Amino acid sequence: MSGQSVSLHAYLPFLIDGVWVTLQITFAAMALAVPVAFLLAAGRMSSWRVVRLAAGFVIELFRGTSAVVQLFWAFYVLPLFGITLSPMAAGILVLGLNEGSFFSEVVRASLKSIVVGQREACVALHLPRRYAFWRIILPQALPVMIPPFGNALVLMLKFTALVSLVTVQDLSFRADQIRTALGVSGEIYGVVLMIYFALALVLAGAVALLERQAARWAGRPVPALLPWLRAHASPVPRWALGR
Amino acid sequence: MPGDDRIAATGGRPPMVRMAGVSKAFDGRTVLDAVDFAVRAGEKVTLIGPSGSGKTTILRLAIGLTKPDAGLIEIDGRYLWHEIRAGQLVDAGERHARGVRRVVGMVFQQFNLFPHMTALQNVRDPTIQVLGLTRDEAESRAVELLTQVGLADHMAKRPAQLSGGQQQRVAIARALALRPKVMLFDEVTSALDPELVGEVLRVIRELAHATDMAMLLVTHEISFAEDIADRVLMFDAGRIVEDGPPAQVLKDPTHPRTRQFLRAIIER
Repeated sequence: MSGQSVSLHAYLPFLIDGVWVTLQITFAAMALAVPVAFLLAAGRMSSWRVVRLAAGFVIELFRGTSAVVQLFWAFYVLPLFGITLSPMAAGILVLGLNEGSFFSEVVRASLKSIVVGQREACVALHLPRRYAFWRIILPQALPVMIPPFGNALVLMLKFTALVSLVTVQDLSFRADQIRTALGVSGEIYGVVLMIYFALALVLAGAVALLERQAARWAGRPVPALLPWLRAHASPVPRWALGR
Repeated sequence: MPGDDRIAATGGRPPMVRMAGVSKAFDGRTVLDAVDFAVRAGEKVTLIGPSGSGKTTILRLAIGLTKPDAGLIEIDGRYLWHEIRAGQLVDAGERHARGVRRVVGMVFQQFNLFPHMTALQNVRDPTIQVLGLTRDEAESRAVELLTQVGLADHMAKRPAQLSGGQQQRVAIARALALRPKVMLFDEVTSALDPELVGEVLRVIRELAHATDMAMLLVTHEISFAEDIADRVLMFDAGRIVEDGPPAQVLKDPTHPRTRQFLRAIIER
């Protein structure tokens, strides 16, 4: 038994390298997903019917088909058309476009959630449309988008395990290799589960801080950091503490 | 009759807002039914009538927030949604309308200030965008206007830190900053606590007496209407049923619907 633990220990640096790969894919795919989501949302809100239909088609295409099949497509079928992607690039592309399609609906709903009065004020003040969007509507829509963005980010982190299917050496891929080498599944998957959990916690915390910042942009009152932390970080609800 | 002199003062001047045969329906419900009227440069006109009678729609049409189903709207001598090409009246688009409605300003019932900007930024930044003022010019104009509406001490505050009455005064300063020739006031005191109504009406009253802007005001404050208006238009079911000086329309109405409406308001 103890011999096995020692060898698992020896594999830890190998596993940590996998964490970096997983994080790289997560951030790269999100970095692709956000602009894609804005583009698709803009397409869905276009005044041209053709553009609306095209954006809707792309969204439904990615939402409505299996991500694994899309991944296989990008990795195994695209080369037949002369487009060869590295496993990493294929993974980032598919995950990014997928999330972009889902998130475009969040973007669209957030932009629409800005009350009609704000848009009418922009018209009544004769503000140029570009200015109205970037300086009036978007700063107010961003805080609405951030909680679902945090959700999407954590989902993306877990979603990245898919890319191990096309030989990307991410956390899951390496866990599988260690399992094969050592023949122990309990320990190794336990460790990997905890690593994913720890990463997700850190990401969720970072998004919560981002949410505060966005509320500040939108002109909403933001409580000081310490009392806010005390109110949000405790796993025990306040009513349970009898205060 | 008192009030006639005020009409005489604006008589002979060109119309600033003119509507001819303007109709508008929402979801099949007729809100305006072939309305004709004109407001001359400098004239102060209040629009009264029961809710749903089309008063607010008139203001929204005058600033291009909605498009009429039929009829012509003219702002400062130019058609809002039409232009004359080779002697023919033809439809014109959004771009044309943007240019024409530039001389119109509006204050809303719900203020609609930008919540992520300070009072000063709310007043200052549109002038940079729309009038092309430099930052310094825009800033001094904003300071001047905010001081004029009594908010010199609150310029650095965000809308959420201001009372309703203060927010509405910022909104008035913001609209004035763009140097409109016509100002539209859409029930600007209806969303305010009763004790805050006075400060907003005082600002508008001073404005009405001190400036040469045309003003269209939708209001339920009858004594206020009487005080500042050159003319009162009574709306009912999408039509203007009475049009005259306040001393006549408000004190000695001829139309039974006006009498009924005023009685209901006074007994409120």
